[in-house]
Amino acid sequence: MSDATTRRDGARGVEVRLEDLRRAYAATTALDGLTLTMSPGEMVALLGPSGCGKTTALRLVAGLEEADSGRVVIGGNDVTNLGANKREIGMVFQAYSLFPHMTAMNNVAFGMQLHKVGAAERRKRAGEMLELVGLSAHANKYAHQLSGGQQQRVALARALAIKPKVLLLDEPLSALDAKVRSRLRDEIRRVQLEVGTTTLFVTHDQEEALAIADRVGVMNKGRLEQLGPPTTIYSRPATPFVAEFVGLTNRLAGVVKSGEVEVRGARLPLVKPDTTDGPALALVRPEAVSVIADGDMSPGPLVGSVISTVFLGATSRVTVDLGDITVLAQMPTSNVGAISAGTRVRLSLRTDPVLVAQDDKAPTGA
Amino acid sequence: MSRTRRLKLRVFRTAVFLVLGAFFLVPIGAMFEFSTRGNGVTAPRTLDAWTAIAKVPDLLPAISVSLQLAAITAVAMLVLLLPTMVWVRLRLPGLSRIVEFICLLPLTVPAIALVVGMVPLYRWIGPNLSDSILTLSFAYLILVLPYTYRTLDAGLAAIDLKTLSEAARSLGAGWGTVMLRVVVPNMSSAILNACLLAVALVLGEFTFANLLAFENLQVAILYVGLVSAGTSIAVAVASLLFAFVLLMILSFVGRPRERVAREEPTGIPGPFGPPAVPQGL
Repeated sequence: MSDATTRRDGARGVEVRLEDLRRAYAATTALDGLTLTMSPGEMVALLGPSGCGKTTALRLVAGLEEADSGRVVIGGNDVTNLGANKREIGMVFQAYSLFPHMTAMNNVAFGMQLHKVGAAERRKRAGEMLELVGLSAHANKYAHQLSGGQQQRVALARALAIKPKVLLLDEPLSALDAKVRSRLRDEIRRVQLEVGTTTLFVTHDQEEALAIADRVGVMNKGRLEQLGPPTTIYSRPATPFVAEFVGLTNRLAGVVKSGEVEVRGARLPLVKPDTTDGPALALVRPEAVSVIADGDMSPGPLVGSVISTVFLGATSRVTVDLGDITVLAQMPTSNVGAISAGTRVRLSLRTDPVLVAQDDKAPTGA
Repeated sequence: MSRTRRLKLRVFRTAVFLVLGAFFLVPIGAMFEFSTRGNGVTAPRTLDAWTAIAKVPDLLPAISVSLQLAAITAVAMLVLLLPTMVWVRLRLPGLSRIVEFICLLPLTVPAIALVVGMVPLYRWIGPNLSDSILTLSFAYLILVLPYTYRTLDAGLAAIDLKTLSEAARSLGAGWGTVMLRVVVPNMSSAILNACLLAVALVLGEFTFANLLAFENLQVAILYVGLVSAGTSIAVAVASLLFAFVLLMILSFVGRPRERVAREEPTGIPGPFGPPAVPQGL
């Protein structure tokens, strides 16, 4: 995560409040009472699976759809009943949205012209914005002459050129290939920090959300399951859904007793110590599982055979078959050593607080 | 593609071009031949029928009226159809089938039946609103709907209307600006083609005008034919050439200039060059 404190002095973000927003399409509830406050200059990422309501939330902020109830307050002004063209927002869309009949420069200047910025100032600021996104050399090109990444950068420059109160990013990277996506992601964050505009970023890509947002809101079925800094979302998920949606999770059958959960002979503390006693599934991160390849390998609940090892760079993921269940472990590649498919290993569970799911009793693996 | 195949393709294209050209030009040539015949089998060629055109009293007003009708119909068609189609696509997609059905309906009804249906309407319009021939543009609007609807629909389908309009809205554009500065420029070819179709249909229309007792260009040609067959054919050929030239002018004047890519050091080619290779970010 980038540090919001590196934001440029004089940042001009405003507070954005979404108050109990609700939106339904026929019998489907897309947004079920979303409440969220964004601090001035903050970047919040809404993360969730398809149909969770994140894009609906963004479109309600943009004014492209009307809420059934609730309020959108931008910079202290209730804009709920204002049209999209009066909200002073900048938006970058998932689909390429540059006007095909205009050059990159004219695309960037278009919004300023509508805001009655003078021609000279318009040209100057459009040039600055293109420079900000590193596309000064492409100012006279049309959309069809630019790559996907370049088009999205021009779209970002166009959105920022009107000095919006809020910047809305609707999965702007999803149409790009992985390498371009990663570079553009960092660039969006750099630009956002530089201009200091309060930004709402919608994505289904957890890596993207965790990498650039000040706070991440995980959504499910129209509700905000958890809102917090990326590290908290990952290491202290508030609900089983968040634990399973963000990062990989082993679902290990266990029994909750006296504020702890006993999993395959190991006792782990609970994130929520007041959890009711009884059978449950403990949600254990792969990095909380250690793989030991030497010592006592006599049969036991945490002894099994390696099915595969996957090299991920600095870390490797090891899949271990414990007989009745498959468990994922993630460890530094330097520690993998001679561990390979078929190696007999013993697992050790780190005693980090874990979350349990009690509504799903079937024991499953990762 | 092999050389033989290319050659075959070229021969085929040329043959199709020649056959179609003959199909259109032979009747026009025959008309021209007829209009220049003298009086009697052995009489020499004469341009009397052509010079007589200028002396036909009602012809110029009929041409003027037909042009006005064509212009009014084309503009009315655009004003009515384009915003409706955009709105239906963006806000009421469920109605698109109904709108399509209504627009294509005139295609299935014979012109004579349409006119019979409109007679009572024009009986009321004449005394109560206006008895001007320009009121025919209402009937012509219905007549051109199927053709112009299809053309505009294809134009709208070729652009990402939703995203472009939402992008413009988010930048501060009202619906009028969205239409005039985003939608229209991006489907100018479709709009121009729809206008050309409307103009061509109106300039060639006879049934509505004749049965509703108005005198447009085609009706005037008929009247000329009652007096002099040669002059009537000369006028018909002249009107065909006139319509052809008019459509060519409209096509060249209205067609948006192709955007020429400026070749940059990045090597990204222009619109007519090889496919662009994205240069990374």
